[in-house]
Amino acid sequence: MYSASDLRKNLKIQIDGEPYVVTDFQFVKPGKGQALYRCKLKNMITGSQFERTFRSVDTFQPADLQDKRMQYLYPEGNKYCFMDMESYEQVYLTEDQVGDALSYMIDNLEVDILFFGDRPLGITLPNFVDLVVTQADPWVKGDTATGDYKPAVLETGYQVQVPPFVVEGEKIRIDTRTGQYVTRVKD
Amino acid sequence: MERLPITVRRKRNLVIRAGIIQAIRLFFTERAFLEVETPIRIPAPAPETHIDAIPSDGWFLQTSPELCMKRMLAAGYDKIFQLSKCFRHRERGSRHLPEFTMLEWYHAGIDYGRLMNECEDLFLFISQFLGAGDTISYQNKTISLEKPWRRLSVSDAFKRYSPMPLDTALADDRFDEIMVSNIEPGMNGDRPVFLFDYPVSLGSLARTKQCDPTVAERFEIYAGGLELANAFSELTDASEQRKRFEKEREYRANLGKIAYPAPDKFLRDLDYMPESAGIALGVDRLVMLYADSETIDEVVAFSPEEL
Repeated sequence: MYSASDLRKNLKIQIDGEPYVVTDFQFVKPGKGQALYRCKLKNMITGSQFERTFRSVDTFQPADLQDKRMQYLYPEGNKYCFMDMESYEQVYLTEDQVGDALSYMIDNLEVDILFFGDRPLGITLPNFVDLVVTQADPWVKGDTATGDYKPAVLETGYQVQVPPFVVEGEKIRIDTRTGQYVTRVKD
Repeated sequence: MERLPITVRRKRNLVIRAGIIQAIRLFFTERAFLEVETPIRIPAPAPETHIDAIPSDGWFLQTSPELCMKRMLAAGYDKIFQLSKCFRHRERGSRHLPEFTMLEWYHAGIDYGRLMNECEDLFLFISQFLGAGDTISYQNKTISLEKPWRRLSVSDAFKRYSPMPLDTALADDRFDEIMVSNIEPGMNGDRPVFLFDYPVSLGSLARTKQCDPTVAERFEIYAGGLELANAFSELTDASEQRKRFEKEREYRANLGKIAYPAPDKFLRDLDYMPESAGIALGVDRLVMLYADSETIDEVVAFSPEEL
């Protein structure tokens, strides 16, 4: 159980069975009165926000959140299917829930899916993903003119800047935290 | 309004702060108040449900100089004032610092109504001393300090701004929440406000009204939506004070808070205290008002995090 004095930005709590994240938080206290904590809360499922003032005697449940390691299988309409590698259970995330991760998702990619109870909420990618270059201008050997990066398109449709020596068909490593090229990868 | 970089703003605020403190001293010495300094580290803070003292080597840092200053009233000092640091455990926010500066003054022979007039005079004096005339500009609002300020009773404030009646709020322990969420925003008008006549359960050191023992002669000052000061016609009945302290002790125990030693010498001296009125005013908050600062951090030389 959390008490009001545990409140801080990004804390995840459960109210009426739904998970909320504290997006803003203020300590207020009348001189002779009790400490109060004014919070802005965002519903992690619906995204809706509201404000509530908690008293110092209030307590709340931590949100029942868990990360599960799963494997990306395939898209289905505007949803994306992930499988638990031990139980073979499948869950679907919506395009909204997947968000930017779409740029890096290839078959069988292992990711962490955030669950609230048994409801999937979102996705955490591994720090690096290896993707094949499907389109890039060729490298003319002997072209020493510049070391400038050039645009390339990867197998997921994601566009990224790469060094001039990277060619179509090659696999490269992308840092999912920055979206940038890291190195070439040998299969 | 174009904002100056923070360090330049802080320096400007500290200059204003020094001016305010100078003005405070001038105001009170001109009116024949004696400036006093009472010990910051004391053995027995007043027991209050929601104010916690910071321990100091077996004793405590004062949360207010009230008990010592009332003992001085009992000892024959009729008009005293003090600027001192007070310490309150775990009070940190955009308007709170665990260590802050309090102005307290006590005036024998007057009641809280006369004290309200003294407050109006003090604010005007400070404003004129700073060369700002009779108005303050705070967070894009103009506040006139001209007398008389607005006067609103707690019961009327609840009727006007609260979603529930005062009695229900007290019974459900939601008084403070409603004050902060519903009533304080209404205290942000074009004049400062005296919010007065609190339920007696919320004024353990205050005298009750002769005509109504359920109401304490207590007021607070609000300006620009900021809570600035708390004042009473002081309780001088020692046996009544003992009872009220007992209640506070009980509430503290129910909340699992530590018990302070009983302030026996204060209770003993209370029998000799004349009828008086006294007030505690947050100097940092006052500086925030005159310097148009949104946070208390900007009006002190160092916030705790900067140390």
